[in-house]
Amino acid sequence: MRGPEALFASEDHWVTSMGAWFPQRGAILRGKAVFEDFQELSWMGLLLYAITGRVFDENQMRLFEGMWKLCANYPDPRIWNNRVAALAGTARSTATLGISAATAISESTIYGFRAVIRCIDMLYRFQQQLEQGMDLTTLVQQELEIHQGIFGYGRPIKQKDERIAPMLALAQELGYAGGAHIRLAFAIEDVLLSKRWRWRLHINIAALLAALAADQGLSCREYYRFMIPCFAGGMFPCHIDAIDQTEGTLFPLRCTRIVYNGAARRRWHTP
Amino acid sequence: MSKPQEVIHSRIWEEVPEADNPFAAAACYCSGYDVYGDVLGQASWIEYLYLLFKGERPSPGQARLLEILAIALTNPGPREASVHAAMCGGVGGATHAACLMAALAVGAGQLGGAHEVARALCIWQACGQDLPAWREYLQHPPVEERADIWLPMEHPPGFDPHGASCAAPVRRTLAALADCGVVGALGWLHEHRAALEATAGCPLAMSGVAAAAMIDLALDSDQAEMLYLWLRLPGAAVHALEQKGYGWRRFPFFADGLELVDDPGTPS
Repeated sequence: MRGPEALFASEDHWVTSMGAWFPQRGAILRGKAVFEDFQELSWMGLLLYAITGRVFDENQMRLFEGMWKLCANYPDPRIWNNRVAALAGTARSTATLGISAATAISESTIYGFRAVIRCIDMLYRFQQQLEQGMDLTTLVQQELEIHQGIFGYGRPIKQKDERIAPMLALAQELGYAGGAHIRLAFAIEDVLLSKRWRWRLHINIAALLAALAADQGLSCREYYRFMIPCFAGGMFPCHIDAIDQTEGTLFPLRCTRIVYNGAARRRWHTP
Repeated sequence: MSKPQEVIHSRIWEEVPEADNPFAAAACYCSGYDVYGDVLGQASWIEYLYLLFKGERPSPGQARLLEILAIALTNPGPREASVHAAMCGGVGGATHAACLMAALAVGAGQLGGAHEVARALCIWQACGQDLPAWREYLQHPPVEERADIWLPMEHPPGFDPHGASCAAPVRRTLAALADCGVVGALGWLHEHRAALEATAGCPLAMSGVAAAAMIDLALDSDQAEMLYLWLRLPGAAVHALEQKGYGWRRFPFFADGLELVDDPGTPS
């Protein structure tokens, strides 16, 4: 039995190198004084430092900011996470609750944060296996067979992803378009388009962003954490719009819009 | 020809509109039962809850089992992480929804939380009531090849890595549930608890008992995770309200509890 020893050892005793607040003096973040050491750093730089413990240069920061700016801010309340922010608005809930809940549901599988981590993980796994002499077509085939899909390729609504071109343009401008993981991401697309798969799957933005992050050395979990606030720019307009319009009017559904296909009508008899 | 309107499909819920407003329901049917015309006043809350999840009325044994489970889970107490999270909201005057969202977020986890219950259910689904299969699973848990939003488990699901022995509330809940007359996982767990604990290297936890109960209610891992998440919310709610009343001066801050090992020191 392991027992409660770890609890005894940590009772009123949390040892950390991440940081702390000191009254009158300010805060320390990963060994640096927030007021003194971060004066030149942007918010993006501070966030990346908080997540990774590393300071990135100007070009890298432009790339990371571009990943958020170009790829994740669609102010459309039909998109599920944005719709939560908008529903919170139309139901007259608070902005914080709406944006928090919308962010939480962005941790989904077919888009959002699970796709984010699965995508970069796959690129790292493939890269490692290729270095061990495996063949990319075989790797893609295995991924499709074992996991019934391949994260970062294909799209539920439309085949081609319109975000690829502007993001790639920024990466090219910054000199990041030729990294090993970018080449791998497009090589996977070539395999998916050239072979006789059940579906022809184009690369989507999740694979491109994961490849860019991998080329910058972010680990799977660092990249996942970095992406968590990325949709906020699309959520706020949806919430505000719903607040500004008549309450309760965002996509109202009449009773007959529920199509019931369950058990037939019956009586609840109490014995 | 106009495009057909998009609709919500449901096996659970049907509504009939009021004559004067298609957006207001005159009658609501849950799995065929008229909720406000028939169920209301006749069904117990637990029976209705079971109906929502399963689409059928529970047997008396199933209703009893779910009621005991609901009571056992409803307040994990103020030391527990999800309730603690809700109290952090309450003491600061956060919205009530935020307090419950905090409880859900923390209580979703893999140490005593809802995802642990789902993982424990996976063991039941893989091993059933086969003790050697449980031993094999606990000693050699499957390893996921891919990274995920959920971290790998750090202890056997359904067991308490910090426990010295199986706590009395866990034992009593298991005994009460096993005595409901629903033959299945709970009785087997009650009988084999000591053997499983010896293999796991730690005592059975409430999450493990809940997982067995969910199996006996024939819930799948998604249903079990959902049910466990919100069966524990009442405790979070009342403790958040309580701490709001007490105020921040009477809530632990752990003022001397933090040791920073990488302090650059006071600037000169």
